[in-house]
Amino acid sequence: MSKVLPVLAVVASIFTLWYAAVPFMNVKETLTGLERAGTTVVPDNPIARRDASAVALVLRNSFAIPATYAQERPRLPAPHQVAQDLWETVVLKKVTSKRSLVYHGWITLSATLLGFTIGTGAGILLAVGIVHSRAMDMSVMPWAIASQTIPILAIAPMIIVVLNSVGIQGVVPKAIISAYLSFFPVVVGMVKGLRAPDAMQLDLLKTYNASGSQGFWKLRLPASMPYLFASLKIGVAAALVGAIVAELPAGGARGLGGRMLTGSYYGQMVQIWSALVFAAVLAASLVLLIGWLQNRTLKRMGLL
Amino acid sequence: MASPVNTPVISAKSLDLTFQTADAPVQALKDVSLDIAQGDFVSFIGPSGCGKTTFLRCIAGLETPTGGTLTVNGMPPDEARRARAYGYVFQAAGLYPWRTIAGNIKLPLEIMGYSKAEQNDRVARVLELVELSDFGAKYPWQLSGGMQQRASIARALAFDADILLMDEPFGALDEIVRDHLNEQLLALWARTNKTIGFVTHSIPEAVYLSTKIVVMSPRPGRISDVIESPLPKERPLDIRDSPEFIEIAHRVREGLRAGHSDA
Repeated sequence: MSKVLPVLAVVASIFTLWYAAVPFMNVKETLTGLERAGTTVVPDNPIARRDASAVALVLRNSFAIPATYAQERPRLPAPHQVAQDLWETVVLKKVTSKRSLVYHGWITLSATLLGFTIGTGAGILLAVGIVHSRAMDMSVMPWAIASQTIPILAIAPMIIVVLNSVGIQGVVPKAIISAYLSFFPVVVGMVKGLRAPDAMQLDLLKTYNASGSQGFWKLRLPASMPYLFASLKIGVAAALVGAIVAELPAGGARGLGGRMLTGSYYGQMVQIWSALVFAAVLAASLVLLIGWLQNRTLKRMGLL
Repeated sequence: MASPVNTPVISAKSLDLTFQTADAPVQALKDVSLDIAQGDFVSFIGPSGCGKTTFLRCIAGLETPTGGTLTVNGMPPDEARRARAYGYVFQAAGLYPWRTIAGNIKLPLEIMGYSKAEQNDRVARVLELVELSDFGAKYPWQLSGGMQQRASIARALAFDADILLMDEPFGALDEIVRDHLNEQLLALWARTNKTIGFVTHSIPEAVYLSTKIVVMSPRPGRISDVIESPLPKERPLDIRDSPEFIEIAHRVREGLRAGHSDA
């Protein structure tokens, strides 16, 4: 209960803010619609309404507030509208339907998981190289950092186009962009983790005349586990963002990114919000899953 | 002073060690000469910065002297290290939290390639030596600090090196636990006849344990006195109230004080 309460408090305040913002965001379109339907609104001149502030319009047309929560195509949908859309697209639609969020979610999730696996593998390998080779430490680390300073939105279309031109399509290009975002936290965390054993621990192995690989498998790798899991949590969320971003230039209207893009083409804000909420829940579930694995593994290793 | 009968196990002649630091070179050891015979229990005592730990690390091949000669079992220290000539006990137990006590003791045995059966035999034997037989399956966090340090001694004993090097192994423990461990260490030494090098900054500990006390002084680190203890090998704890004990302790204290005044 003590864990749930703070979360609920934050959720409640977000919802309060959200509901409070809806009338101001939607008032202009609502008034236009009401005027067309024959209701008298203040001011009755569309140009004067365009130049008026949203606060003034809401105050002078308070009767219209309930209508702002029930717009067909709201600028800011109310939470219950998003919830209703989620219910329809997640639960009511068949998962094979092109309008099912589960269908699109799986497309994004498969790219995320593949990319996360590639990124984690590459990250661990790079970290092992960096820790064991001074040359790699000097050469790879600056590039790894530089790679993350390039905006992913700029590089994602290039990767998609280049891979497309050599005949690679579908899940792989998206997975590569996912991997591109998720390898970095793993590299940083694992380098720190593999270097976590102190001088005394390393001296101890030296007194046994242990080889480098014995030191790696018996000391460095187990000692790095807490760092690895912390990195994986960041990495998996980054991988999901990468997969969604990769779906924007793909233009295939598939996946959660595709839903967001088509939503913005057709002014379907509800659809964008649903995809957004679904992606957030997906990311949270992935992070929770890794957290659970972390707890289990570290407890068994006596590191928790 | 009786001279060692056999050829010394550890022999240092005019040993120098200078660390190159960023601002100025630091002379950690200067003209250190010492012979340690088979079965000796040698304590190194002195204030911090006197080079006692550095000297122990030189013997272990963890530091390389910049001058003089040092042999361990007749070999250069690095060769002796590769031949696994000694077990080393650090100030902290340094047990792996993800291994049980038995698993921790197996660590050197796995690295040295002992068979599974041999590993289990040896673990059982050394656990008994340090009186931890019932704790093999426990994890380090389930043991007290003193028990953890005993486990780390067992780990150093597991591969049967003739030399045991201990760097302030009981420094972090309270005095009651320390007394008990000192008694146990003497019993263990008597049973195994190992050569022990023991760094400490406790005068009673050095006098109680040692056959030879090496008093060192700082800046530069050097030996200011070597005391051959006349105490018998059998040493109950109350030997510390005997006149001989008090006399040796007094001489150690004098040596430490002399080292300080001319530093």
